[in-house]
Amino acid sequence: MKQITAHTAAELLAAMEKRELSARQITAAYLEQIEKTDRHIGAYLTVTAKEALAAADAADTARRQGRAGSLCGLPVAVKDNICTAGVRTTCASKMLADFTPPYSATAFKKLQAAGAVRLGKTNMDEFAMGSTTENSHFHPTKNPVDPTRVPGGSSGGSAAAVASRQAPLALGSDTGGSIRQPAAYCGVVGLKPTYGAVSRYGLVAFASSLDQIGPLANTVEDVALLYDAICGHDPRDATSAPRDYTSTRTALWQDISGLKIALPREYFGPGLSAPVKQGILAAARRFEQLGAEIVETTLPSLDSALPAYYVISSAEASSNLARFDGVKYGFRAAGFTSRDEIYLKSRSQGFGAEVKRRILLGSFVLSAGYFDAYYKKAQQVRTLVVQDFARILDTCDMVLSPVAPTTAYKLGEKQGDPMQMYLGDVYTVPVNIAGLPAVSLPCGRDEQGLPVGMQLIGRHFGEAQILRAAHHFAQSYREERA
Amino acid sequence: MDTSYEMVIGLEVHAELKTETKIFCDCPTTFGAAPNTQCCPVCTGLPGSLPVLNQQVVAYAVKAGLALNCEIAGFSKQDRKNYFYPDLPKAYQISQYDLPLCSRGHLDIQTKSGAKRIGITRIHIEEDAGKLIHDSVQGTLLDCNRCGVPLIEIVSEPDIRSAAEAVAYLQKLRSVLLYTGVSDCKMQEGSLRCDVNLSVRPQGQSALGKRAELKNLNSFSFIQKAINYEFCRQVSLLQAGEPVVQETRRFDEKDGKTHSMRRKENANDYRYFPDPDLVPIRVDETWLRQLAAEIPTLPDARRARYQRDFGLTPSDAEQLTADRQVADYFEQAAQLTAYPKLLCNLVLSQILRLLGDGEDSTIPIAPAHLATLCDLLGQKKIGSSTARQLLPRLWKKDGDPVAIIAGEDLWQLTDPAQLVPYVEQVLSADARSVGDYKRGKSSALQALVGRTMKAPGGRGDPAVIAALLRERLAQ
Repeated sequence: MKQITAHTAAELLAAMEKRELSARQITAAYLEQIEKTDRHIGAYLTVTAKEALAAADAADTARRQGRAGSLCGLPVAVKDNICTAGVRTTCASKMLADFTPPYSATAFKKLQAAGAVRLGKTNMDEFAMGSTTENSHFHPTKNPVDPTRVPGGSSGGSAAAVASRQAPLALGSDTGGSIRQPAAYCGVVGLKPTYGAVSRYGLVAFASSLDQIGPLANTVEDVALLYDAICGHDPRDATSAPRDYTSTRTALWQDISGLKIALPREYFGPGLSAPVKQGILAAARRFEQLGAEIVETTLPSLDSALPAYYVISSAEASSNLARFDGVKYGFRAAGFTSRDEIYLKSRSQGFGAEVKRRILLGSFVLSAGYFDAYYKKAQQVRTLVVQDFARILDTCDMVLSPVAPTTAYKLGEKQGDPMQMYLGDVYTVPVNIAGLPAVSLPCGRDEQGLPVGMQLIGRHFGEAQILRAAHHFAQSYREERA
Repeated sequence: MDTSYEMVIGLEVHAELKTETKIFCDCPTTFGAAPNTQCCPVCTGLPGSLPVLNQQVVAYAVKAGLALNCEIAGFSKQDRKNYFYPDLPKAYQISQYDLPLCSRGHLDIQTKSGAKRIGITRIHIEEDAGKLIHDSVQGTLLDCNRCGVPLIEIVSEPDIRSAAEAVAYLQKLRSVLLYTGVSDCKMQEGSLRCDVNLSVRPQGQSALGKRAELKNLNSFSFIQKAINYEFCRQVSLLQAGEPVVQETRRFDEKDGKTHSMRRKENANDYRYFPDPDLVPIRVDETWLRQLAAEIPTLPDARRARYQRDFGLTPSDAEQLTADRQVADYFEQAAQLTAYPKLLCNLVLSQILRLLGDGEDSTIPIAPAHLATLCDLLGQKKIGSSTARQLLPRLWKKDGDPVAIIAGEDLWQLTDPAQLVPYVEQVLSADARSVGDYKRGKSSALQALVGRTMKAPGGRGDPAVIAALLRERLAQ
């Protein structure tokens, strides 16, 4: 028989429904896997084993009493920028190393309400700023496919946890690719939902107009399962969309023939590595075989989206992170003689280099005399990106593109070269700028066996459609490899 | 004060809106609760928390804007004003920068030289900060109860030219906001706060001088003192050939002076930008009409009516309409008396004094009773001193004035025959006043009239007494 941790979440759910497995057995198996594996991977910052087993028992009771929610008894790992009442939420920063929030994020509360079992909190780049999870104050996370390589970031801990079977499901957050890129590097599936589809309440803000919480898992179906549990309108988030959220999971098996998939040529510029390019083109051919139509098109604003993203996200971050001032909670440096020195020393010592770089950049672009040239200009670019996608998605159902220019690179390879790191976000950030949903999933491997990821970008609130296309693709891909 | 210079004043007024809950969360706004008992993750700015705008705040701000003759923006937004201070938990204040909710309004005030229109530049909504408490033992403490209490900031045009005009503007503004029911306007509790921007320039010059912003002005009298002090300070600088520096100055109520707080060169760059956590504010025509319909008749409309219907002076009518409860009371009593001017005088001279400075303007005398008193006064059945004596009694224990007057025989004495003995008595007792009068000091007659009125317990008719006295002294 297959190991418990080798199952998909959907399979585990079915096994619990048939009483073949209990939530306790499943949770215990994952905790054992964490115990065994995580010292080599470093996916978790906090493991809440005791609470997890108690929650598993409660889930088993609920199931016996016929009160099972949609995720009843399923273990979930939660990125450490999502507030969990009573459990420290560090954002992988020295600044919040001892911060325990008194309240829980809406998305996490929804997981709890659906009966999910939290295994622990996962590692990330500090305050979600970075693409490798090396910017964690605590330790870097390693890529389970090749531990000498980065897992991607900033949700590297969540992606690695899922890839190394230390959790069947995980929550990440995506501001410029932070779910999709680590999913691609670790060979798992990740969804960045439409802006407004998942409440941001309780997600420690990086860039408020771009941030979204989303699911990571080993299959498209599991991603759909988790997404269905966390999406929905939240009156505590003014940017949350009040609308009907229909199940994406139940729509996965519907036919995809006749789908029109756009392939913008700008995504195939000189920065794209050969293996990724081949992976995407092969994926396009597979979609054609599955009955979809590939439409070549253009996305002229792609190149300007990246600088616009760094202006907007840094501007918002500089303001969002100002509250970490050493006064009320979090790290306070010792040895101050004035109020200003509390701010200065606490922030200088409490934040890592990348975070400080973004705060400086953001403060600069918002400052008097520069606002129009940077922030305002970036907002104009944002409008162009929105319009470009709107034009394409008016005639096509979705966009197919690479997630990252290369496969996972070596740990330390790009540390100290932030520009190189930023350039790696070029394919993912336009999606956040336009507020669209996108699913990242494996579509091949390079010659070293490293996963190649692709993304399908949908219309606003078109999660069901892109997940369906992704599901059919993954089924076909798996069958061929099997 | 040097009259070769004029002062140019613009006011920034913060009024706390009297919503039940805070601007971005469900915490109550009650004043005076124990520290940090009225806060939550949102108003304390905990990581991950998000603001959601309280629609009542928009409704109140729009009503204030309509009452102050502003244009209401159909589309406006909220912006972050970024600065570090321990009373500001998020290190930014959510305010409105370039698209305020209300703009281009005005407010009419009564001045010594007649009516004057003061322009209102804008009204925007924003959140209040917390309160720092400096404790000698525990150091500086932070009370977050006030964090997120909704405010409107009302910015005037630099149309004000004297301390008296500034106070008249503030009193009128307070009156309009109270009428509209959007704020309690309690200066002591800080629900109405005012900053003064003041510059001076030689009379006749159109260019504005460098201005100082005056803070910590907690009462009308401090505002008046601060303005007059600052005017003299700036004028003496100019006369000494020294420049006025653009800065923020704090008024010290102990020495009555203003002291420099921070200079322009140390001013913050607030790095305003639209708050991405909030969506634009839209006020459509239907809502606007509904809010406009909820605004009661405002003091200016009442003032005009009182001038027309009762023949009151603009200044009396302005004072009478300043407080909505007082004006309502006046109108009820005015319906019942043939002497509304006398009523006005009694209200302004006696009733307002009995009300004092308290926040509650409930008048414990039935309007009908005050109307009766005015009729008796108008018909000369009682004297004004009797009315003055009766009012505090009625205030303590209300009753029918006729019954009291009849019971205690307080009717005015108008029969000369009854008054002559009192006249004789006073004349023989006050030889000095008699001498003064005969030497041509006419004020001596007033003293004699007063004494004669008092003799029968204040009941003597002063006109009759004066006539008798004149007649008798001419002999």
